[in-house]
Amino acid sequence: MFYRESGQFKASYAADQAVFPIRQDQYGIAAILLVAFFVIPYMGDEYFFQAIMVPVLIFSLAAIGLNILTGYCGQLSLGTGGFMAVGAVACYKLTTAFPELNFIIVLLLSGVITAMVGLLFGIPSLRIKGFYLAVATLAAQFFLSWLFNKVAWFQNYAPSGTITMPPREVFGVLVTGAASNAMHRYLFCLIFVIVLAMAAKNLVRGPIGRSWMAIRDMDIAAELIGFRPFQTKLLAFSVSSFYVGVAGAMALSLWLGSVETAEAFDINVSFQVLFMIIIGGLGSMMGSFLGAAFIILTPIVLTNVMVGSLGFQAVTAKHFEFMFFGGMIIMFLIVEPQGLARLWQILKEKLRLWPFPY
Amino acid sequence: MSAAEALEPETILSVENITLSFGAVRAIRDVSFDIRKGEIRAIIGPNGAGKTSMLNVINGFYHPQEGRIMFRGAVRKQMKPHEAAAGGIARTFQNVALFRGMTTLDNIMTGRNLKMDKWRTSLIPAMFYYGPTQKEEIKHREYVERVIEFLEIEAIRKTPVGRLPYGLQKRVELGRALAAEPDLLLLDEPMAGMNLEEKEDMCRFVLDVNDEFGTTIALIEHDMGVVMDLSDRVVVLDHGEKIADGTPEDVKSNQNVIDAYLGVSH
Repeated sequence: MFYRESGQFKASYAADQAVFPIRQDQYGIAAILLVAFFVIPYMGDEYFFQAIMVPVLIFSLAAIGLNILTGYCGQLSLGTGGFMAVGAVACYKLTTAFPELNFIIVLLLSGVITAMVGLLFGIPSLRIKGFYLAVATLAAQFFLSWLFNKVAWFQNYAPSGTITMPPREVFGVLVTGAASNAMHRYLFCLIFVIVLAMAAKNLVRGPIGRSWMAIRDMDIAAELIGFRPFQTKLLAFSVSSFYVGVAGAMALSLWLGSVETAEAFDINVSFQVLFMIIIGGLGSMMGSFLGAAFIILTPIVLTNVMVGSLGFQAVTAKHFEFMFFGGMIIMFLIVEPQGLARLWQILKEKLRLWPFPY
Repeated sequence: MSAAEALEPETILSVENITLSFGAVRAIRDVSFDIRKGEIRAIIGPNGAGKTSMLNVINGFYHPQEGRIMFRGAVRKQMKPHEAAAGGIARTFQNVALFRGMTTLDNIMTGRNLKMDKWRTSLIPAMFYYGPTQKEEIKHREYVERVIEFLEIEAIRKTPVGRLPYGLQKRVELGRALAAEPDLLLLDEPMAGMNLEEKEDMCRFVLDVNDEFGTTIALIEHDMGVVMDLSDRVVVLDHGEKIADGTPEDVKSNQNVIDAYLGVSH
């Protein structure tokens, strides 16, 4: 009753093609943005920003990247962790080699470098599909981990083998390094993720997104219509890697500060991001955010409830977390393969009628 | 133009001595025929005669071992599918080959991809969307809306095609092919599996496309009533060979054709 588009007429194709065509959605998004920009910064503490908001935002970006490749273009990838590592290392090398370079440009360039690496590992997609391609991207994961561990140049010959982000400022505000304020890091992440997410949404709703989805749904028909499968897939690989790379660079600079690349971005991260898009919803921008929030928040909530309130040992809580995630993934694959985003859509359809039966 | 050429209808496509085999299996043996501009050309034959293979050769999905294809004056031994599409050949498929996860509107919009401006729909403008890409989208949306109106599928514009009934899916697929403004439209069994009413609708659309847009149509169909009513000329294939070619009346009375369809006592 309250959530319906009746009476909202569109007089132009531009209005019909808007991202949020229904007025209630526009209000909803505006409210969320207001809270994110003006309420959370004043309410949250150091722990809230560092443990919850910043990782959720960063992994949302990584999930958007993988969703472009897997959800929209239908190419399964298990190399996300490896590409995040490329982004992190690129960010570190760029900012140590050119300390004067603006940090925003460093992040974007890290994405571009990752995009080129992704392009390279996307070449096998011409010939192989599905599980076989997943194995090829798994090779990328292991190769990149090995490379960053083995070649000391990538760590600037640091004896500890870790890379540490030096302090950098954006428009006079310190955003990286140990001395930086968590709220500033959060706000920087928020703005960066919103801008990049909008760019991704624009891509997938336009001609390029249609070419990806065409390849995903029926590659032979797509080719006979005039799409070039190879170019289309490579574009998806590079755009996806760009997003994953920027997420990796942000994870190093704005969240972790100091990492051992092979450990921080191992195969578990690849799976984690894959679970995010499966649980969140394949081929959905909102699903990327929902999935990232779900995967990051669930362990925190579980630990707080089990250890904090119920008095279990931390180890027990950790084990229960594994079982819980395993169960959730199986449940989603069986009950709702299109994830949380689809549940949200069903809820919206129900809301159109509520509280009336029809 | 000389007097002889003016009298002779212009040939848009001719296939000459095409032979196609998969390993030891010969799908098409030394088949030649032509399609004239503006006509409806039917390709018929019993199951396994090589009709669909012939369409796949024409739009570049299969590469024949022998023979050549002449399309709008250019002679090719083979071409790539996207070259055929760029050259103005569009098609529909025997088993509906729509993009199931996308809406009707998006499916038909994909048909416009070759008509869209390359720069305006490239990566950087598309990331910003507002500006060149949006202008391009709206321009092509207008054409797509004409196709949607023509095919009377306004009501399912925003429905994912996976949820549509079969008859409507076939219609959307025709829409996707029409959106490309093809010179030659290949229809692979457009009426298969439809009820009488849906068939009549589809026949009307085929005739209207031919009439209003002047599109040349080559169609494969098993319903003889449809073939005899719609087509200007018919080519009959059997076991990969051409056994007859001519007007529906000629073909109907051809002894080879009758033998192929009804069987012949040995």
